[in-house]
Amino acid sequence: MLKEEALQAIRAAKDAWETQKVQKAIAKHPERHEQFMTGSGYPVERLYTPVDIADLDYLRDLGFPGEYPFTRGVQPTMYRGRFWTMRQYAGFGTAEESNQRYKFLLSQGQTGLSVAFDLPTQIGYDSDHPMAEGEVGKVGVAIDSLADMEVLFNEIPLDKVSTSMTINAPAAILLCMYMAVAEKQGVPFNKLRGTIQNDILKEYAARGTYIFPPEPSMRLITDIFAFCSKELPEWNTISISGYHIREAGATAAQEIAFTLADAIAYVEAALKAGLQVDEFAPRLSFFFNAHNDFFEEIAKFRAARRLWAKIMKERFGAKDPRSMMLRFHTQTAGCTLTAQQPMNNIVRVAIQALAAVLGGTQSLHTNSYDEALALPCEEAVRIALRTQQIIAYESGVAETIDPLGGSYYVEALTNRLEKEAQDYIAKIDAMGGAVKAIEQGYIQREIQDSAYRYQKEVESGRRTVVGVNKFQMEEEPPKNLLKVDPAVGEAQKKKLKELKAQRDNRQVARCLEELRRVASSTENIIPAIYEAVKAYATLGEICDVLRDVFGEYRPLDIV
Amino acid sequence: MMRKIRVLIAKPGLDGHDRGAKVIARALRDAGMEVIYTGIRQTPEQIVAAAVQEDVDVVGLSLLSGAHLHLFPKVVKLLREQVGDKVLVIGGGIIPEEDIPILKEQGVAAIFGPGTPTSVIIDFIKEKVGEKSQGTSA
Repeated sequence: MLKEEALQAIRAAKDAWETQKVQKAIAKHPERHEQFMTGSGYPVERLYTPVDIADLDYLRDLGFPGEYPFTRGVQPTMYRGRFWTMRQYAGFGTAEESNQRYKFLLSQGQTGLSVAFDLPTQIGYDSDHPMAEGEVGKVGVAIDSLADMEVLFNEIPLDKVSTSMTINAPAAILLCMYMAVAEKQGVPFNKLRGTIQNDILKEYAARGTYIFPPEPSMRLITDIFAFCSKELPEWNTISISGYHIREAGATAAQEIAFTLADAIAYVEAALKAGLQVDEFAPRLSFFFNAHNDFFEEIAKFRAARRLWAKIMKERFGAKDPRSMMLRFHTQTAGCTLTAQQPMNNIVRVAIQALAAVLGGTQSLHTNSYDEALALPCEEAVRIALRTQQIIAYESGVAETIDPLGGSYYVEALTNRLEKEAQDYIAKIDAMGGAVKAIEQGYIQREIQDSAYRYQKEVESGRRTVVGVNKFQMEEEPPKNLLKVDPAVGEAQKKKLKELKAQRDNRQVARCLEELRRVASSTENIIPAIYEAVKAYATLGEICDVLRDVFGEYRPLDIV
Repeated sequence: MMRKIRVLIAKPGLDGHDRGAKVIARALRDAGMEVIYTGIRQTPEQIVAAAVQEDVDVVGLSLLSGAHLHLFPKVVKLLREQVGDKVLVIGGGIIPEEDIPILKEQGVAAIFGPGTPTSVIIDFIKEKVGEKSQGTSA
């Protein structure tokens, strides 16, 4: 903090600069806009000086990497020790095809797996369910039972890789399948490293793959917390996601606020279920978006880290520093990719990825340039991965920690975003928390309003999207797009039929009956799911039992 | 008084990406149309039932999962069976260029991909529905 006299001197000098230099310059050449704004629509000043961060107390507000409040990073050496995990989200078609893609990615230097499941899997339908028609294998791999999961991880040693699985409503089932594969490989559970997304609240608010109503969904989540705290100590039991909230249209501050409000709801649910905060909180992880506005995004990551640390310490009384660390995965913003002049997306992704790294991410997915058109082809995925490698090995940004810390602009933005997010969280608290706010449609409405505002800015030309509303050109339709073989659906159906003929169906029925009993009780549900999975009960069969006991969520749709 | 153009915005298939659908619903409403949004995960049967019940002039389908070749034509077919060809069906989402002629052949009037200004969709609807209503009154 600067002394008051020094601040006064800067203020006076800045006033003089504005009235003399700036006004003269503007008289000659007006600025491009009357009012400048960030990607999220927040006003941007012409110049930031020490005056804008006069209240910043270095030790209190920034501190040191690996120390509270973790503004500058969660590890003491950050990327000087080890780069972030380069983790490309992938999966399509059958388990065999996806297994090939994973082996390709690992051979190219990727350091962690990230499994994309198809929509029927994410919503708890087997491939032969009528709702699954046309969707099998489309946006991810189709998994109907442990048999598919065994193929998916064939020849991939689960004690050597960390695996992230984007699965929410049926997260417990897919986790159990992963555990069962590990058991077959002879890998003990305490060696398993990875993440399940397991974040149902943002599904209601933004992403859409919910199955059950909030209450039993929260119970499934806290059962996973409790089970993993004993059996899978290295596993990230949840990835509380702002990514999809942002993709749905939220601003940077809303992304932080709605994500942390969801996180608060999970912590409260776990406490209510009788867990101790430091038992489960160290395994909570987060997932954010890296959008276009470079500095605002960097500030967003820093603000989120500081705010979460405070919430855990002050609100929940966490003692273990790991409970206060906001560790996060980042993905570049899919919604910024353009179908027009798709090669330009490579540049967008590079800038967004750089923001994620300067913001201190623990792992990163870079989007492929062709994703506004189709699932990515192999060349596009390779360039996306190379982008990360160039940032890591060539740009020099990973050699020192939080290099933008202390920037007047970035610190001012960090403060502003934290404050704005806090205000939202207070509002959500007053409504009774995130679950209530979602049930009332508040969060959905806020996101929609932001999305509509953004669209109107693009259409009025206030916001430029290169190649879309400016610098357009005639182009040839793109070639080499990846097509999922439509035969996948039939192949999965056939496999299901064979599975049901070969397995011990009486054992399956017994396991499902036991699952029904446990689901209706307050016992931890994970062991019963594990037994059912090992008997080769299908995902759909297990979810049907749970649908029966828990009911299904009916959304409130307001536009 | 002229009847307002009535539009059903629908999400067939399983994907939950409804940002585009909702933005378009609001833009059409701001342009003076009556808009009904179905919510996500609707079967073709549900969409057509809603279209018939709401007596809409236009059905706008949004899909990002890749199941469009399967689901869009099914909606058109069911609509034709129940009310003839008086309802304009349009679509949007992640639809590869090469699939567009296939969808048009099967009765989808237009596909509006990512980056389409909402004004283009509004103009298209006004023109087509205008033509149709003139056709029936003549």
